[in-house]
Amino acid sequence: MRYLAVIKIAFRALRRNKMRTVLTMLGIIIGVGAVIAMVALGRGAKAQVEARIAALGQNVIQIFSGSINRNGVFSGFGGAGTLTVDDALAIQNEVPGVLAVSPEVRNGAQITAGENNWSTQVMGEGVDYLTIRVWDTAEGAMFTEADVRSAAKVCVLGKTTANQLFPDDDPVGKIIRISMRGGSASAPMRVLGVLKPKGANMGGQDQDDTIIVPYTTSMKRFSGAITLRMIQVSAASAEQMVSVQNGIAELLRQRHRIQAGRDDDFIMRNQQEITEAQTATTETMTALLAGVAIISLIVGGIGIMNIMLVSVTERTREIGIRMAVGARGRDILLQFLIEAVTLSSTGGLLGIALGIGGAQAITLIKQWPTTVSTESILIAFIFSAAVGIFFGFYPARKASKLDPIEALRYE
Amino acid sequence: MKPVIKLADIHKTYQTGEVEVKAVCGVSLEILQGEFVALMGASGSGKSTLMNIIGCLDRPTQGRYLLDDINVSQLSRDELADIRNQKIGFVFQGFNLLSRTSALENVELPMLYTRQHLEGATQRERALKALGIVGLGDRADHKPNQLSGGQQQRVAIARALANQPALLLADEPTGNLDSHTSIEIMGVFQKLNDQGITIVMVTHELDVAQYTKRMIVMRDGKVVGDSPVAKRSNAEKESTRLQEEQKAAQLAH
Repeated sequence: MRYLAVIKIAFRALRRNKMRTVLTMLGIIIGVGAVIAMVALGRGAKAQVEARIAALGQNVIQIFSGSINRNGVFSGFGGAGTLTVDDALAIQNEVPGVLAVSPEVRNGAQITAGENNWSTQVMGEGVDYLTIRVWDTAEGAMFTEADVRSAAKVCVLGKTTANQLFPDDDPVGKIIRISMRGGSASAPMRVLGVLKPKGANMGGQDQDDTIIVPYTTSMKRFSGAITLRMIQVSAASAEQMVSVQNGIAELLRQRHRIQAGRDDDFIMRNQQEITEAQTATTETMTALLAGVAIISLIVGGIGIMNIMLVSVTERTREIGIRMAVGARGRDILLQFLIEAVTLSSTGGLLGIALGIGGAQAITLIKQWPTTVSTESILIAFIFSAAVGIFFGFYPARKASKLDPIEALRYE
Repeated sequence: MKPVIKLADIHKTYQTGEVEVKAVCGVSLEILQGEFVALMGASGSGKSTLMNIIGCLDRPTQGRYLLDDINVSQLSRDELADIRNQKIGFVFQGFNLLSRTSALENVELPMLYTRQHLEGATQRERALKALGIVGLGDRADHKPNQLSGGQQQRVAIARALANQPALLLADEPTGNLDSHTSIEIMGVFQKLNDQGITIVMVTHELDVAQYTKRMIVMRDGKVVGDSPVAKRSNAEKESTRLQEEQKAAQLAH
């Protein structure tokens, strides 16, 4: 029996009952559409998270000082104040595979520039900070090693802060005043540059709402602090991350005189760990959405099975005629199976169109990023065809097992 | 002439619940090539069961059946399907055409299930030829609901002829038709028989059986009569006579 002829017969049978065909396909259309749109949404979210992680910098290792326990009261991470500038310098000089190091201190401050004022985070950093974060200035330049050594009164503005303080002017070369919260000191600072916008971080914080000054300036002129909040380190390559991390741990334990068997007084986080935690969340979401979508596909498949069973009963006489003129059971089985698969895969194709349209609509209306992948289209199509085979088999088999005499007599 | 059908002591027993129904018990028959046989009998006589066996739709519980020298009594379902496809053409009382399908495609249907692959063009050609034989060459594109009862039965006959079978098997072919159209259809059968096609027709109407050459009568699952038709009707003459009668009736008014 020619397959083309069977497919033709299947299409004709489906066209004969347009309304029923469309309603039956609707289950598959919605199921496949949901799979495509949901997976696109999940992938879009994942891509966004990955972009944010990449924005963190390259092969970044963050070292925080550990928490401290005073009479049973724990401070948070960074509270122990165990990290010093010398630690940072030692890491730079002694651990192999380290590309760049930036000591970091942070303080909230009120900034004034002429008639405008703004409250933001002042980050005390090293010269290599922008290298580690893969960041750059849009205008002007970063402060230099000499500025760090002399604790110069210079700063670089984040885009948001620059916009707030200088809504109309070019900030480069202008003077601003920084007054640290809790401190009495207030100093005029010269703006050296403005950073390129970087957007929100994974916590949703605006990373452009900041001012960067040399860490020496922050520590000596404003806060008077002698310990660091954290040390940012960038490894030369992804492969060296582990060895660099081990090297740092060994060095710091030695420098802090921590005996074997006792806990570290610092915490290290690397980018991979952060990445894994974040992508695991979005992957769970994607799996959840896909699961819901697959359930709707199965429900669609049951709809197909139902209609095929009705169709077999309705067309008992036709089956009888076909058998009388020489159709084997296998021919009848194939005919109904192809009909079911045609039903489900046509529904699948329409569903793919619906899913792509839906994903675009979500992006347009909700501004959520979506990524429709060829992979998910392919899987959805194969799956819908498989639904047709799986749920079409029982009715088709039932048709093929009919007794020709009984079938011919059927009214 | 060699026998097309050779039945030897055919039995068919149905098991309906506790009761055993002997539908056919011990039928032996020989039907030669070119014969035109009427299989007659009241309902319950076993003629339908015997026809199903002859038509390879059913298997005998006992006995030997040679169709065109092939022993078909113990073949499998699939093998029987192939035999039906190649050796037998069916004509039913209710026409049994596929609705919403053109006459041509209905006639092509048996060729769709032929094991040796036929080109689409060959199928079409053969189907058109078969429609030509029954006088419907110009109605190939018509759907069954656009055709009269007589025309539908002609399409069914063309379908039966499509694979050039050894045997044409008709089950009450005139049962759903008026007397005038019945004669017309019997004329088609007589013409086909004149060309050498073997026909077995099941009927319970004696005047229809008069068009055949041989009458086999069944009762209670057994053959009780088997004789040549003495006063054979000729469909062509009958038809002309009917038309003249009608004309005369019209003139009289």
